[in-house]
Amino acid sequence: MAQMSMVQAIRSALDCSLNKDPNVLVMGEDVGFFGGVFRCTEGLYEKYGAHRALDTPIAEGGIVAAAIGMGVNGLRPVVEMQFADYIYPAIDQIISELARLRHRSGGEFWAPVTIRTPCGGGIRGGQTHSQSPEGIFTHVCGLKTVMPSNPFDAKGLLISAIEDDDPVIFFEPKRIYNGPFYGHHNGDPNTVPGNWSTHPAGEVPEEHYKIALGVATTLRSGEAITVLTYGTMVHVAEAAIAASGIDAELIDLRTLLPLDLDTIAASVQKTGRCVVIHEATRTSGFGAELIADIQEECFWHLKAPIERVTGWDTPYPHAFEWEYFPSQQRIIDALNRTLKANL
Amino acid sequence: MTQRQRAAIPYISQLHVPRASSRPGETADFSQLEIPPAGAAKKPELSACCQEMTELAYGLVRVLDDDGQACGPWNPALSAQHLRDGLQYMLHVRAYDERMFKMQRQGKLSFYMKSSGEEAIAVAQAMALKPSDMLFPSYRQQGLLFVRQRPVVEMMCHCISNAKDNLKGRQMPVFYSWKEGNFFSISGNLATQYSQAVGWAMASAYKGEEHIASAWVGDGSTAEADVHHAMLFASTYKAPIILNVVNNQWAISTPQSFASAGTTFAARGIGFNIPSIRVDGNDFLAVYAVTEWAAARARKGYGPTFIELFTYRAEGHSSSDNPDSYRASGEAQAWPLGDPLERLKQHLINRGEWSEIRHQDLEASLKSAVAKDWKEAIAHGTLDDGPHWPVESMFEDVFKDMPPHLRRQQQQVGK
Repeated sequence: MAQMSMVQAIRSALDCSLNKDPNVLVMGEDVGFFGGVFRCTEGLYEKYGAHRALDTPIAEGGIVAAAIGMGVNGLRPVVEMQFADYIYPAIDQIISELARLRHRSGGEFWAPVTIRTPCGGGIRGGQTHSQSPEGIFTHVCGLKTVMPSNPFDAKGLLISAIEDDDPVIFFEPKRIYNGPFYGHHNGDPNTVPGNWSTHPAGEVPEEHYKIALGVATTLRSGEAITVLTYGTMVHVAEAAIAASGIDAELIDLRTLLPLDLDTIAASVQKTGRCVVIHEATRTSGFGAELIADIQEECFWHLKAPIERVTGWDTPYPHAFEWEYFPSQQRIIDALNRTLKANL
Repeated sequence: MTQRQRAAIPYISQLHVPRASSRPGETADFSQLEIPPAGAAKKPELSACCQEMTELAYGLVRVLDDDGQACGPWNPALSAQHLRDGLQYMLHVRAYDERMFKMQRQGKLSFYMKSSGEEAIAVAQAMALKPSDMLFPSYRQQGLLFVRQRPVVEMMCHCISNAKDNLKGRQMPVFYSWKEGNFFSISGNLATQYSQAVGWAMASAYKGEEHIASAWVGDGSTAEADVHHAMLFASTYKAPIILNVVNNQWAISTPQSFASAGTTFAARGIGFNIPSIRVDGNDFLAVYAVTEWAAARARKGYGPTFIELFTYRAEGHSSSDNPDSYRASGEAQAWPLGDPLERLKQHLINRGEWSEIRHQDLEASLKSAVAKDWKEAIAHGTLDDGPHWPVESMFEDVFKDMPPHLRRQQQQVGK
């Protein structure tokens, strides 16, 4: 057991996977010699060589296409898209090809590709270094979509993703690469600096282990209201719940697709109330799917309308970051509204 | 700047819109095409660098002359039996295409695409490769399947989505997939397979295997970004691959000039530092020789070869297309490189290895074989009346194991 940041945990997952299976390779822009712009692949080039920590041309569509071909030919590529905001040139390869290959070929061909990509805001990243496009991918049949919220989960989920025979889009919230982030509180986002070195979820086994895809985790049990979230917002929500004093049940979804609807439904059927939180924009975001599912599964248990706290329906702003990023206060307000409402 | 000064600036830029080789009502005329004589093109060493091949990228490798004689350094010197096999495969493809198109017109299948005039490309290329080499076709290389001996009944069962369709009724006709024959699943999205093929070849090299990949794309699809990606990745990593562009002059209604930008497609390989060759796509011997050369290069570790196969799409784009609405009706007949089947037939006759009678007999027997195969295929089920795969199978293979939400949906359909 070692204390790791999320970056270190991801690197450890890649190291374990490269070590275990000669068919695994990591590839992407700057991932080889340089070790990645976020250091997630640091040292892998020295340890495993240029073939297995493979630098690529700057061509997201080409990188994913090459990984598909490699996957068809028996390799298990772990692809990095440097920012989720830059995954779009690869969309055709991901949606039309990677996601559908197994189905369209009647199971003849498939490619076990994992696509890692840093996502999310809260870092003054502006329009093209802050996006949360997970809803685009959960809409695609044939893809699994994962977003961890801490180092322990990140390593276990990433190893599962790599060993999974289905394609996985693995979103890494870059705001929490080096420590948990509790949101913009009292005017200064840095008043509560997070650090994985003192966080329980920063304790990560150095050896190989897996966390099953498709299984949510309940971080806090509560009776009054269910809070569903993932990624960076897990920590913001946790802090908001503590500040509010409300007895909320906090669920970290971890995998968005396949969704752990059993855990979600059991919680909402118990509490009768629910707030959904994500950084991504609101309209047609993943929250809409969650709310629809809950409405179908828990309609007769609901005591209040389901609320969602999300990014606004605008491109991610630079100057107005803290008006955009869902704050603890916005979460607390939503919790209170939902508690007061009675059907 | 005053209004007067602005008016004085002589703007001379003009938007150039390429013209088609012909449009309806015009007389087809290819006299402007430069067709070098057969046998004139040089054959470089396998280790040749890209710069040594510039002439080949702008030229045209031809082996069969107008009299059906094989000439020059690219003559692959194939046995008569090998060539008769090639001719038989091409005739089989044509008979299959004719039958399937007719069945589409009778409403027995929803869609079809012929490869008329392009048969030599798929057939000669497949014959020049090893069965263990991986093929990444577009939708107009059905000849590959004939060379690799895919049962015709199976191909038909796919096209009518019946209970014996290996794609379980999920794909439109002609989007074949055949893993056993190392024939990659065809996608409707153009050129996506081109860059995937490079990844496949990279993996082959990564594992130290001798298998190479071969990928095909049409002239129109070269405009897709995936083709740029494929060429760059193939060149950067020296992937063991043959990248083919089948220039059949037309992308549905759009002339090749919209993608070629007035030069050869092969010329594009030079900028990627890929040895590139333009070949007469209707010349079975030339296509075979160039492919054999490229495959040997790839196997020896010299990396990719880019091949433009210069041909003509003799019929409509698909069963949903009427070419008379955008090109002169006589264009196919005016094509100066002729018909690949006729040219190989003439060559074999010249060698004393074939005859009109044998040719006609073969055509007739293939026609009846295809008719018999069709009857067998529809005995396994038809598009309209089935039997099809069970509808619940629609939910399988989305993922390796079915997740709960799909299981729920499957139960809803099953009710």
